[in-house]
Order: sequence, then C-alpha cells, then structure tokens
Amino acid sequence: MLAGRATANIVRRPFYGQDLILQMDAIGVGSLPITVLIGFFSGVIMALQMSRALSQYGATGQVGQITAITLVREMGPVLTALLIAGRNASGIASELGSMKVSEQIDAMRALGTDPVKKLVTPRLLAMCVTLPLLTIIADFVGLIGGYMVAVPLLRLTTGAQYWNNAWRSLEYNDIAQGLLKPFLFAVIIALVGCLYGMRTSGGTQGVGKATTQAVVVASVWIFIVTAVITRIFVNL
Amino acid sequence: MPRQEPKERRCILKFEEVSVIFEEGHAILDRVSFEIWSGETRILLGAAGSGKTVMMKIALGLLRPTHGKVYVFGEDVTGFDERKWFDVRSYIGVLFQEGGLFDSLTVEENVAYPLLNQARFMAGGKKPTAESVRPDVQEALNFVELGKTMSKFPSELSGGMRRRVGIARGSVTDPELFLYDSPTAGLDPITANTIITLLIKDRELRNTTTVIITHRFQDGHLLANFRYNPEKEKLEKLPSASPFLERTKFMVMQNGRLVFEGTEAELAISRDPYISKFSMHPATKVS
Ligand SMILES: Nc1ncnc2c1ncn2[C@@H]1O[C@H](COP(=O)(O)OP(=O)(O)O)[C@@H](O)[C@H]1O
Ligand SMILES: [Mg+2]
Repeated sequence: MLAGRATANIVRRPFYGQDLILQMDAIGVGSLPITVLIGFFSGVIMALQMSRALSQYGATGQVGQITAITLVREMGPVLTALLIAGRNASGIASELGSMKVSEQIDAMRALGTDPVKKLVTPRLLAMCVTLPLLTIIADFVGLIGGYMVAVPLLRLTTGAQYWNNAWRSLEYNDIAQGLLKPFLFAVIIALVGCLYGMRTSGGTQGVGKATTQAVVVASVWIFIVTAVITRIFVNL
Repeated sequence: MPRQEPKERRCILKFEEVSVIFEEGHAILDRVSFEIWSGETRILLGAAGSGKTVMMKIALGLLRPTHGKVYVFGEDVTGFDERKWFDVRSYIGVLFQEGGLFDSLTVEENVAYPLLNQARFMAGGKKPTAESVRPDVQEALNFVELGKTMSKFPSELSGGMRRRVGIARGSVTDPELFLYDSPTAGLDPITANTIITLLIKDRELRNTTTVIITHRFQDGHLLANFRYNPEKEKLEKLPSASPFLERTKFMVMQNGRLVFEGTEAELAISRDPYISKFSMHPATKVS
C-alpha cells in the first residue's frame, strides 16, 4: 500500500524536488567512496580466487570473462545493495523513526502535508536512480580490480585480452539482469526503511529497534529477490 | 486585531460515544462523549496513558475512531478522507506533546510551514512564499517573545523556547480551535507559568476555543480564574461572579473513560479519590 501511494505521488502535485536532490546526494554521493572500495576489492578477490581454479584447466585467459559475469550478474548488485541497505535503510528508518516519535510526522499531517509524499516518495525515487548507478560504478571498478590482479600482479593474461574477453562475455541477458536487480533492491531498501521508520513506536528505544529491523528485513529480501530473479534468468 | 465575538455560539468539537480499540478487547477510548462550544476553554486532566493524546489526535483526524461520531466546527467529520481533513485541520492549531517541531528547519521555516503548505492559504491561485509570509511569522514569534530567534534551529533552543515556537506555529494561522497537548510537561514552574500566561493571552486576544491537556492542577486553576487585561498587559483575577468563570470547564480521563466534566468548583468537591487527585482540594488541603 505504501508502495502504491508513494508511486502515485510521483506524478502528483506538489512535487518536492528539493527533497529529491537532497536524498540523491545523501544516498548517491555519500555512498560513492565505500561503493568504489567494496567494488574494487570484490573484483580483486574474484580474480584471485579464479586464478587458481582457471590455472588448473590452463584457462587463465578466461579470467576477464569470469570476473565480468559474476560481477555484473550477482556480486555487483548484491554487494552494493547490501552496503546501501546497511547504510541507508538504517539511515532512512532512524530518520523517519525519530520524526515519528517526536510527532513530526503527525505535525506534517496536521500542517497540510502528506508525509508519504514529502518523505517516502523522494527517498524511493532517489534510491531507484542512485542504486543502479552505484551498481554500474561498482561493476566497473570491480573489473579494474580484477584487471589489476590478472595483468600486472599475476600476469595471467594481457590487458587487451582481459578487457576484450570481459566485454564480449556480457550478453544482453546479463546486463538486463544486472540492471533489473539494483532497481528492485532500491525499491526494497527505500520502502522497508520508510515503512519501519514510520511504524516506529516506543520512544528512542523504538527508533533503535526499527533501524535494526529495517536492515535485517531489507537484506533478507535482497537475497530472496536475487534468488528469484536469477532463477528466472537462468531459464531464459 | 482581536477577533470579534461570534454572533452565535457554535459547537466547535463534539464527540459522540467515541471508542478507539487498537487491539481486540482493550479500549483506549471507551464511549467518550462531550461538546465544546466556541469561546470555551476545556482542561483535560488524567493519568499518563489514560487516552488524552489519543483523544486529541482523533479531533485532528490523525487517528480514526473505531466506533462513534466526531463533529468538528459543526460538521460530521467521522468518514472524512485525508484530503477533506487537510481542510478541517487548517482551522485547528496544535501543540504536540513531543513538540513536533521539524528539526531540519529553522524556527522561521517551522512557523511559516502551515502558511506555505495548507491549502486554505493557496486559494486564489497565489502561492505564498517565504517572503510574503514573513511579517505574519515575525508577528507570531514576537507574540511568544522569540522574535530574535528566527534563524536558529529547534535543537539550539531550550525546552520552554521550543514550546513557545510550537505555540507560534500553531497560532500563526489564526485557528478557531487550539489544542495544546501537555504544554507545561517537563518545564520548571516559572517557565510553565509563562507558557500558561501565553495561552491565556492568546485565548483573550483571538477568542480561540482552547483545549489543554495537562496534569498540573495549577495550570487549570490559572486558566479558569484569570484573564488577560490588554490595557494593563498583565493577568488579572476574575471576580467571583464573572460569566467568564463558566467558560472554563474541566474533564478527567481514567483508562479511556471520561469520568468527570464540570467547573473547578465541582471538581473541588468531588469525593472520588481518582478525580480529586487533579483538584486543588482546598477543603482537605487547609485542614
Ligand atoms: N498508535 C497507537 N497504537 C496502539 N496503542 C496506542 C497508540 N497510541 C496510543 N496508544 C496507547 O493508548 C494509551 C493512551 O495513550 P495516550 O493517549 O498517549 O495517553 P496520555 O493520556 O498519557 O496522553 C496508551 O496505553 C498507549 O500505549
Ligand atoms: Mg499524552
């Protein structure tokens, strides 16, 4: 129901553009450094792990392909989403939760604004725009991480071969999957964060509880959804 | 400009057998009925958890009654949707128990908020702006003697000052009904008395119908027995035969039920041990 109301508000006046910019800044720009860091190291780790397995089959030239596919299909979207869930589902839940217990949400309704429109819609939109972008950045930086391991460090392959291999291995299917997932995760993170925040009761203690619950529930749903999507795409 | 005395008294708020049940078998409000008429002051007393805040939120449409009917400004609002409520609420001022000030906005932005967001002020196609409402905001803040704190954030203010900002935000729209939820809770007696003085002043100058939730019987006593004299700019005690005395009534809530409704004198002679906890009880206190 929250999802419906928040989505309907996207096309309804008044539109709180400033809140949207603010949220995109908080979610996107704020999460960029950590996303880059985690993306880079997941690429590094993937390449390191794969280097041993691939060398057993004498297929070290395939390292670019393996890294690209795992990153774009699964690791990039899921790791980024988990990161953002930890950082922003909790942030949203605690912010809205403290607004709830200090009666700011009631005050909004009493003073002429719809809290769903003012609080939920900008967060949902901002998340849907920024999470896919962050995921693309994480994927790309991850490929660079894999390259660092595969080429200068372990000399498994040449730079040209790595990038060529990585690029050609990605099919439309992978890209679609790699973009659909972060979009759905964004919806999960934003709505779970808002829902648990706005349902907070029981003072400051309640805010702590809502925050923890939001992260746990969002993370669980991320895994459930990724499993379902992967299952669908495997059959395609 | 003080609002003119209305030509006819009208029913501002009416509850008809209102019950609120969140979970089966336990009523937060239990068949509460009362009427408040224009110009009246109603003091709502009761232990913590007795349902005072829930009652106020029903009157604002923030919570829905499970049973019963609610009338605001003479209109049956029981089945109103959120859009219709927005209109009703724009004539109601409110001070929340927890303050409800937006902590991401400055004092000025907080007080301007209802003027910039309530549909009633958008009529005629002219959208108010921060500049266009500034004089009203300044006046409301001057009224609570906080005219110099416009650009501060609520977190930089003391508890008493935050309450006053809340009063300014509630009164800036010149509401017909003002609901104060525990305006003096957690304040020292001197600050509490300044707040009550403000409420008496506001009630006098605007002729606002006022509902005050409190657990301090001093608050009720002041509100019932004093008026603000605009010439002398101070409070003065009402003479014992004043018709104004009749305008302030007390209500006592106990576990979601309305167990008392009457004047201060009637409250004072109540023999009920729960109800008498909220009165000055001159008889027993002297002896
Ligand atoms: N949204 C809600 N959901 C469930 N119970 C509530 C809700 N709001 C208030 N209550 C319960 O209703 C009772 C009355 O609360 P309240 O009106 O806040 O009391 P008070 O008289 O102290 O203002 C309390 O027991 C409280 O726990
Ligand atoms: Mg209360």
